[in-house]
This record gives sequence, structure tokens and C-alpha cells, in this order.
Amino acid sequence: MKLELKGITKRYGSLVANDHIDLTVQPGQIHALLGENGAGKTTLMNILYGLQEPDEGEIVIDGQPVAFRSPKDAIAVGIGMVHQHFMLVPVFTVAENVTLGVERTRFLGLLDRRRTRREVRELSARFGLEVDPDAYVENLPVGVQQRVEIVKALLREASVLILDEPTSVLTPSETQDLFRIMRELRAGGRSIVFISHKLKEVQAIADTITVIRRGRVVGELPPTASDSELASLMVGRAVELTVRKAPATPGDVVLDTADLVVGDEHGQVAVNGVSLQVRAGEIVGVAGVVGNGQNEFCEALLGLRPVAGGSVRVDGRDITHATPKQRLRAGIGYIPEDRQEDGLVADFSVADNLVLDVYDQPPYANGVALNLDAIRTAALSRVDQFDIRTTSIATPTGTLSGGNQQKVILAREIGRELRLLVASQPTRGLDVGSIEFVHRRVVAERDRGVAVLIISSELDEIYALADRIVVMYEGRITGIRPPTVPVEELGLLMAGAGTGGEPGDEPVNPDDEDGDADD
Amino acid sequence: MTEPKPPTEPGAPTEAGAPTEPGAPTEAGPATVTEAAPGDGDHPRLTFSRAVLDAIIHGNSVMVTVLAIVAAMVIGGLLIAFTDPVVLTAWGRLFSAPGSAIAAAWHSVTAAYSNMFEGAILNPHTVSAAFHGGSVAAVFNPLSETAVNATPLIFAGLSVALAFRAGLFNIGGTGQFIGGALFATWLGFGVHLPVVIHAVVVLLGAFAGGAVLGWVVGALKAWTGAHEVIVTIMLNYVMIYLLSWLLGTKAMQRPGRNDLISPFIDPNAQLPHIAGPNLRLNASFLIALAAAAGVWWLLGRSTLGFEFRTVGANPRAARSAGMNVAQTWIVVMLIAGGLAGLAASAVIQGTDHSLNFQSYGTYGIDAITVALLGRARPLGTVLAALLFGALDAGGIAMQGVTQIPVDIVSVIQALIVLFIAAPPLVRAMFRLREARAAGEGQVLAKGWNG
Repeated sequence: MKLELKGITKRYGSLVANDHIDLTVQPGQIHALLGENGAGKTTLMNILYGLQEPDEGEIVIDGQPVAFRSPKDAIAVGIGMVHQHFMLVPVFTVAENVTLGVERTRFLGLLDRRRTRREVRELSARFGLEVDPDAYVENLPVGVQQRVEIVKALLREASVLILDEPTSVLTPSETQDLFRIMRELRAGGRSIVFISHKLKEVQAIADTITVIRRGRVVGELPPTASDSELASLMVGRAVELTVRKAPATPGDVVLDTADLVVGDEHGQVAVNGVSLQVRAGEIVGVAGVVGNGQNEFCEALLGLRPVAGGSVRVDGRDITHATPKQRLRAGIGYIPEDRQEDGLVADFSVADNLVLDVYDQPPYANGVALNLDAIRTAALSRVDQFDIRTTSIATPTGTLSGGNQQKVILAREIGRELRLLVASQPTRGLDVGSIEFVHRRVVAERDRGVAVLIISSELDEIYALADRIVVMYEGRITGIRPPTVPVEELGLLMAGAGTGGEPGDEPVNPDDEDGDADD
Repeated sequence: MTEPKPPTEPGAPTEAGAPTEPGAPTEAGPATVTEAAPGDGDHPRLTFSRAVLDAIIHGNSVMVTVLAIVAAMVIGGLLIAFTDPVVLTAWGRLFSAPGSAIAAAWHSVTAAYSNMFEGAILNPHTVSAAFHGGSVAAVFNPLSETAVNATPLIFAGLSVALAFRAGLFNIGGTGQFIGGALFATWLGFGVHLPVVIHAVVVLLGAFAGGAVLGWVVGALKAWTGAHEVIVTIMLNYVMIYLLSWLLGTKAMQRPGRNDLISPFIDPNAQLPHIAGPNLRLNASFLIALAAAAGVWWLLGRSTLGFEFRTVGANPRAARSAGMNVAQTWIVVMLIAGGLAGLAASAVIQGTDHSLNFQSYGTYGIDAITVALLGRARPLGTVLAALLFGALDAGGIAMQGVTQIPVDIVSVIQALIVLFIAAPPLVRAMFRLREARAAGEGQVLAKGWNG
């Protein structure tokens, strides 16, 4: 099926979300739609899927103009969509989920479960989806849930699949699985529209790349286009893809954990005897596949999760059992992994979010009264200083783009005097421009003498920022390496093939001068 | 040397990454949630209570609220027209005398509403009487009655509104009212203190009595995770039966009486009338307004209120920001309970001067309606309470004159809530343009797990 979008325009008041977009998806093609958050990719796809109607322009399928009033119409002509947020019923099985709405029935309207299950199995086998029709969706990892969504679309005979930011929820290996499936779908004659803001992924999988900026198509390139070419098209200016930073000059030990043991929600050991030092003026990057205890480790450092054993010290002070507030006051800054859930109050104004953890400190508070003037003044200067793109400081933070939300958190955390900055997945889901900004700020903090701990599942980020790389696997440190370590070695460590897991064993770091020895 | 390496696959076997932690799926790409369009859902995870709270606090424009009241009054009017026996017999002669049926209906409705107005706001007859040497107080009697009826609702409504803002449903107004009433009444007749001091002590007692109940709810939620809705509802029953029992004991029962009623509180413990002895309006109304101002300051201008609002809007972010969520719940419920206790002060110290087994009325439940109508904001709550107070005062007057049952007022109040709870219905009725048309479609499309 050949899909053409001609002159699609969509306005929201004065904002033009899509401005005369032309796009042609050939049969059997993986067509990437590359653009920053807010560029209008999702709006375009919502139009294509019948969720919204365009103000101008038309959708043409195999030469026939069509009009979609609802997703039903789009599905009828063979367009399938996998949303960023899955639309699955957690307590239903895979088969029940995929058949929802197109139930296969037998005599008297009885559900034909057997047929559904067979169809799921056939599709699964044909495209290498590896989906069990009888598994309950709530028990499946995110990557598999996504494949269930794909099966759902295929069962509705989709010949064009729209994948909206499909990799933002996936681990690196799940991403590779998804790419494999995408290739098989392409081989099976399906076309795929792949929406992303990640250059490398787009280069790796796409046949054609259409770049969108501010609602307009700014270029159509082959996947052989270079990083910088794509990035500058996307952002609209030259982008620094590598982080400029001088060698670290580590000072005294700031964070010192000894044999730290932390449990998870289910009472299982999530962090199992981690001993780690982070010195002032260095960035330690914790690499590892998501779910190997990094999150629990972070939360234990912040006092959000009780410590079952071992100790945490900051600047020599034992804070193992201190409250989160005491730790914040001790100079720990925290950029949580899930910024919308843990880092921000979406309904609060930008100004309120900027003082979320210092609202009871002077100058923002006089005793028990808030000093609204001080809060306002500080917010204005932060918005300016951190280039937070918002219409005003009273705007609800939830309406900002992801990058600007992260800037609010960053501004709040590094806006006060820090000793230690703990940043978990600080650039997840951000566009190139924002990533560049966050990275520069983090390095600037290091250069001011702050100890920085970065937890990231993006190896690129770890390599770009870390002065030392710590690898976690199943709650243990499997190795501490300099940033010159080959990626193959890191991969092995991330899979648990480590040696250096012994508590307290300080690695040899060839990049470091033999400055401060143990304290 | 710090150049990033190419994104080579780390070589991690799939089983290492497979079973994602329970926290992870919620991550679902938050960055782009705001990308799609204006009005796109802000909350990645909607729970039922979250959705209800949002609807109450952010849901309706002032316009919708006003129109909901209008719509409820219109339907109330229809109900009056179709239940009045006089009008019904007139309908029976619809074909012989069509005009008379419609005239009867119109007369019945206008009589009801004009009597309501006269009972709640101003009665022209008393004005002309005043000019001819009648009582001036009588002119202001309807307004006084409205304020008196509104006072306990202001307190109890503030209690519910404050808890709402901290993310808690305080269904326990009834229990907290009784807690406050018991303390206040006992302090009122059981101890004897000088003027002013006694009234203040009783007032504080009312607050404390409600606060104890609120504290229990907050503490149970904070320490054991018990849901406040269940606990408050159950405590309501506990308190209702405790009240009945206590009023039958020697300690609380009025000497010489067999029914469940307490002795009168000391005159010193009563709150003074503020508009002359002939009007029931008393200092309690001023205290209620002061309490509303206090709650406004607390929520909007104090660090404690900032904590309340943060915990209410996003408890996880509150925790990450170093706030003690459990302790906040306790403090919120303590204050909310105290406010509901003050509603008892309005009744015991302000008007009734004694406690009986039905003194709690329906304040605890009406308070939820009032807070909802007032969108959980102090000023809104005061206005909503005044509206309900006016409806109550007017309803009694209406029943006295027109024989239309006062229950019609409850129906109107219920209809207001119904329309408030269904903004699209109101918009459709009045053909209001939907401000967020695209947004609502999206919410539907995204469903509950979106």
C-alpha cells in the first residue's frame, strides 16, 4: 500500500502544529519521521490515524483520496498504530487483548478463543514476535507489551504500521529485538512509519528519513546522512554532539557507600552490597540494563527507600538513616528517573516547581509564610538562566515539553549549593538540543567541585559524561572501568561477567593521577 | 578520549533485561506526553480517585457552575409544577381549559420561587411594614437566616475542601461534627467560666473534638495505610451511636428529660448575636468567614499549605522533594477535623445552645457538595455555602406559605451537584463551545491505561 500525505495543515489557535506537510510512504518501506519533541510528529500521526482531522490537505492511499473521521476509518483501510502509551487491559491475556473490538465469534456469538489464539501464534511465528497468546499482559515486560500492540494492529490487517516513539520505553536489547521485528515486517511487505527523535536509531533502521521542524518538513534524507547533518536539520542550528570536558580533577570523597543492601517492593534484595566512592569534581557513571538495582540504589541514597544493610556517608557524615529532607539539606541534588511522577508536580506552576524542595528555606519562606516575591524573582532568573521555554512562570509545568520540564528540575537542583548530584536517566526522552544542554550543565557542576553520580541505560551518555564507569548487574557492581573501556567489555560486565565485584576494591584508573589515596 | 562510542549493542543477553521492575512500565515516555496537542492528558496514570479529584478541583469553569445552578432551578421548577396537586388537577382539564393548566403551573412555580426568595433574601412586605413603624429587624431576617444556615456549611465545607486539596476525601464531617459537639457541649454546661473566656474555651473545645477524630483518620492512613474514605465513614457510625449513648447517660442528659438531649450551655459559653436580639445571626458567622480567610492563607501563603498542595497533587514528587507525606496527611486531617468540629460550635454555641441526638443533621454530607460546588477553594466554598444556606432558609419559608414540600430544595441541591459533575451535559444544554474539544477526544482514545 502506498500512502501519501499531501499538504497536511493543522492549527491550534495561533499555533501551526503541521504546516503543509507532504510525505510519501512506499510499500515495504521503513520511513522514519525525525524531529524534536513538539515538532508536530505526533499531531501528524494522529491525523493519519483519524484521531484528529486536518484543517487542510488530504490523505491519499494507492491513489485514492480518503477522509478519516475516526481511527475506525483508518483501521479499515489498513493503518495500524502503536501508541507511546499502550492501550492494553492489564488483567486480560494477550489473546483477549488483541481480539478486543474485533472478537472472533462462533455460533450464537460465543467467543472463538481457539481461533484467536491460533491467529496470534501464527502472526507471532511469521514475524518473529515471540508472543504467548495465553500470557497475562500485566506480567509482561514493556518490550513484549509493545509487541502485543503490534500483533493487535496486524490482526486488524494493517499494512502501514505507525510506531510512535517506540524505543523510548525499551532497553537497548529490547530495541534491537524491535528492529529485528521491524525488518521482518518490512520483508513481509508491510510499511512502517517510525517516529523518533533519536538519530542513531533512525540511521540504523530507516530506509528514508523525513525531518520535521516546527511543523514543517525540512528535509528528506537517506539513512546514510551523517549525525551532524540530521541533528542540525532537526534542531535548526549546528549541534554539539560530543560533550566538551577537561579531564577530571577529583578531590575528596563525597559519597561513600559501604556494603549497601537495599530491598525492592517485593522484599527481594535489589542492591546487594554496593561499595562505591564518588569524589568531588568527578562524574561517576553507573551503567547497566534497567532493573538491575540502579533505581533502588538511587532511592536509597536519597532516603526514599529504607537501607537494609551497610552505610551511606556524604562528606564523612553518616546519613544511612537520615530523612530525605535531611539529605537534601546535606547538599544532595536529585534528578529522578521518572521526572513527571517524582520530579515535578504537573499541575503546579513553573515557579512553584522551582522551589519544590526549598520552599521552607529562606529567602523563599519567612518562618511559616511563603515569600511569594522571592519565589517569583528566583523563578524569573532561573527561567532566564536555564533557557526554560515557557509562556510565563505561572504556566503549569505539565504543559511544557519534556526538555523544558527537565530544565526546571535541573534548575531547581543545581540552583542550590550541592555537594553531590544524583541524576537518574537525566536525558531520557529528550531531544538533541536539550540533551546537549543537560550534559553541559552536568559537566559544569562537576567543574565546580560537585560529586556527580549519573545512572543511565544509554551507553552513549555514560561514555560522554563519565570519568569513571561503574557497571551494575543484579544489584552488584561487576566492574569499575575508565571511560576508555571498550564497549564489548562493558557489555560483558552488564551481562554479569564481571570480576571486580568485591566490596571496597578500588579500581585502577589509568586516567587518574594517583592523587588522593583512601581516606 | 571522552568521545562517545558508537551505539554498539552492549551484548547483554536478553534475559538480563527482560523482566522489568514494576516501576519501569510507568515510565512510558513521559517526555512526549505534552507534545501532541494542547489539552493532551497531563497525567500519565489516572486512577479513579485522581480523576474525581481533578474534576472537582480543575474541572469546571465558573460559567459551568453558574449554568448548573440555573439548570437545577429550572428542573426544580418543572418538578414543582408537576407535583403540585392544584396544578395536576388543572392538567386534567387541559383540553377544556388549556390556559388554566399552564397558568396554574406558572403560578405554582413563581409562588414557590418568590417565597423562596422572600425567605432567603428579602421580603418586600417587611420593607413596607418597616416604613409604617414595623420591625426593621424583620427586613433583615431572611438574610440572617441564610447566614445562620450557611455557617455550619462554611466550616464543614472548608474541612472537606482543605482535605481535597491535600488529596484526601473527608467523608467524616458527621463524625467530626459530633466529636466537636460533644466537647463543646460538655465544656459549655459542665464548667463555668467568665464571659468571653468561656465562649473561647468552648470554641477551642469544638475544634479539638473534631481534630481528634481527624487525627485518628490521618494517623490510621499514615501508619497502616487504611483508606480515609472507609475510616471516616465507619467513624461516622461510631460517633452517631456514641452520641446517642452519651446523651442517655447521667453525664450528658438534661435533668428531667427522657429524650436524648443535653442541658443548655451556659449563657457565657454562647456566641453573641451580632445584629440585635431578634435576629439569629451570631458571631459564629464571622468566625466562619475568618476561618475561610485562614484556610486561604494556609493553602496559598504558607509553607505548610505548599506541602498540603504538593502532597495532594503528586505525593511521589512531594516525597522526592523531602516532604513527609504521612505526616502531612495527619496534619491535614487534624485541621480538617477541627474545622468540621467548628461547624458544631456554630450550632451549639450559635443557635441551638444544646445538643440532641440529631444535631449533626446532614452537615457532613452537604459539606462535600458545598466543597465540590466551591471547587475546593475557600472563597468558592463560602459562596456555595451561602447558596445552600439561602436555599435552606428559602425552602422553609416556601413550605410554610405554599405547602410545597421543603424536600424540593434537596432535589435542587442534588441537581446542582449532578450538573456540576457532568460538565459536558451543561455545555450541551446551553450550547457552550467546547474549549478543549480535541483534548477530550484524545482522553477517550487513550483510555484508562493511557
